[in-house]
Amino acid sequence: MTAADPARERARQEARALADRLAHGERRAIAQAISHVEDGTRVGRHFLDLVYERTGRARRVGITGPPGAGKSTLVHVLACLLRREGMRVGVLAVDPTSPFSGGAILGDRVRMPSATGDDGLFVRSMAARGNLGGVAATTYEASEVLEAAGFDWILIETVGVGQSELEVVELADTTVLLLVPESGDAVQVMKAGIMEAADIFVVNKFDREGGDRLITHIETALQLADWNREGGWRPPVCPVIATREEGVDEVRQEIGRHLAWLSGDRERLQRVRRDKIERRVRVLLRRALVEGAWAMAHIEERLQAEIGRIAAREVSPYRWVEKILRGWRYRTG
Amino acid sequence: MGKKIRILVAKPGLDGHDRGAKIIATAFRDAGFEVIYTGLHQTPEMIVDAAVQEDVDILSISVLSGAHMTIFPRVLALLKEKGAADMHVIGGGIIPDEDAEKLMGMGVGAIFGPGTPTTEPIDYIRDWWMKHHQEQDS
Ligand SMILES: Nc1nc2c(ncn2[C@@H]2O[C@H](COP(=O)(O)OP(=O)(O)O)[C@@H](O)[C@H]2O)c(=O)[nH]1
Ligand SMILES: [Mg+2]
Repeated sequence: MTAADPARERARQEARALADRLAHGERRAIAQAISHVEDGTRVGRHFLDLVYERTGRARRVGITGPPGAGKSTLVHVLACLLRREGMRVGVLAVDPTSPFSGGAILGDRVRMPSATGDDGLFVRSMAARGNLGGVAATTYEASEVLEAAGFDWILIETVGVGQSELEVVELADTTVLLLVPESGDAVQVMKAGIMEAADIFVVNKFDREGGDRLITHIETALQLADWNREGGWRPPVCPVIATREEGVDEVRQEIGRHLAWLSGDRERLQRVRRDKIERRVRVLLRRALVEGAWAMAHIEERLQAEIGRIAAREVSPYRWVEKILRGWRYRTG
Repeated sequence: MGKKIRILVAKPGLDGHDRGAKIIATAFRDAGFEVIYTGLHQTPEMIVDAAVQEDVDILSISVLSGAHMTIFPRVLALLKEKGAADMHVIGGGIIPDEDAEKLMGMGVGAIFGPGTPTTEPIDYIRDWWMKHHQEQDS
């Protein structure tokens, strides 16, 4: 069943061809690999497997914050700055998917006019496709494609988030949280989680009223937060006017300092990355198990056959779930 | 997961505002497409570069400035140059019938004039998609 599966062999070959084209720096191959990964195809899985050993060297920076805070603008300025340093930069910009139609408008490129005619810069928009964590379920894998393509830095812009969508922390070495002067009151009610998730705070739109007050709020909140970040990384707060490119140099410096702090202690960096990869493997395995079991036990058909009776209160969902599980246990021995 | 139709909406040239482009982008989103919106004043180079990075299936370009006979051929040539001639180009805007005919002869899939209900390009795209993406991979 395994060796002679022609569809599988074809997918393998296609993945190999894609990886070769990627290794030759072909931009279309990067884009197509991301699509495969995003669509969860067999080719995409083989591809990721093939290039895995080439990943893990890039610096991944997450840029998060409320809608309209200036994330795309900052990503653009930061990307240009890193390009001037000679770094190759990949950008993944995530926007929400409409829960009604499944469609999406991905508009972050509007603020990234530099993404033309420069082989050292690659910008890809992603729709969240129903994932609620502020990134797409496959943004991690997309960043691996960019790493395999040799980008030194990966900047990940999240969906404009509230307080609980912080999956980007799992994808990034450094997480930058953007706030604007109007967020002042929100900071006071912010949950400890988000304060701890951010490695660097940016107060953007500092050209507006209230920036200083927001900095004070953040500093106060940081003092109140329980400081058991080991090794004592103290998140800096950077005033920025992204549209005028002011303060972005400082953000760049702070990202560098954070990475230096992370890797200053070899063990720390290894442990942090190892823990993140372990959690990622769990996510992947859980997803594969659910999908596999779902198909193998014909759950969809059985659910469709039974849902009428469940809705009519003739069978309880609890009993039905038990029954499915019992059958599954029997099957797997 | 599974494949989604990805479509780039661009409005090249120096003319006007992007109201029309935003209306069509919203209609495409509501039809379930993933729309890459690139904003105003895009050059053919910027459009094609974005299309390649975004791996779109379709480019929807509206031209109101009268420059359609330079913009569309240039986009088609650049797509070919970048190895992306399989991407499908459709157009909108104020384009005389005889020009539309010529453009379609060069490879533009369809041209939708001003005032066309948004359902028309949507139906066209769905048909095109059915014809070109019947194979399923997962
Ligand atoms: N006044 C001011 N406006 C800004 C600044 N940075 C970004 N903007 C504007 O804020 C709006 C939203 O920016 P965008 O980068 O798209 O925000 P995002 O939704 O967080 O990605 C745009 O109109 C930007 O021009 C800034 O520092 N000051
Ligand atoms: Mg944005």
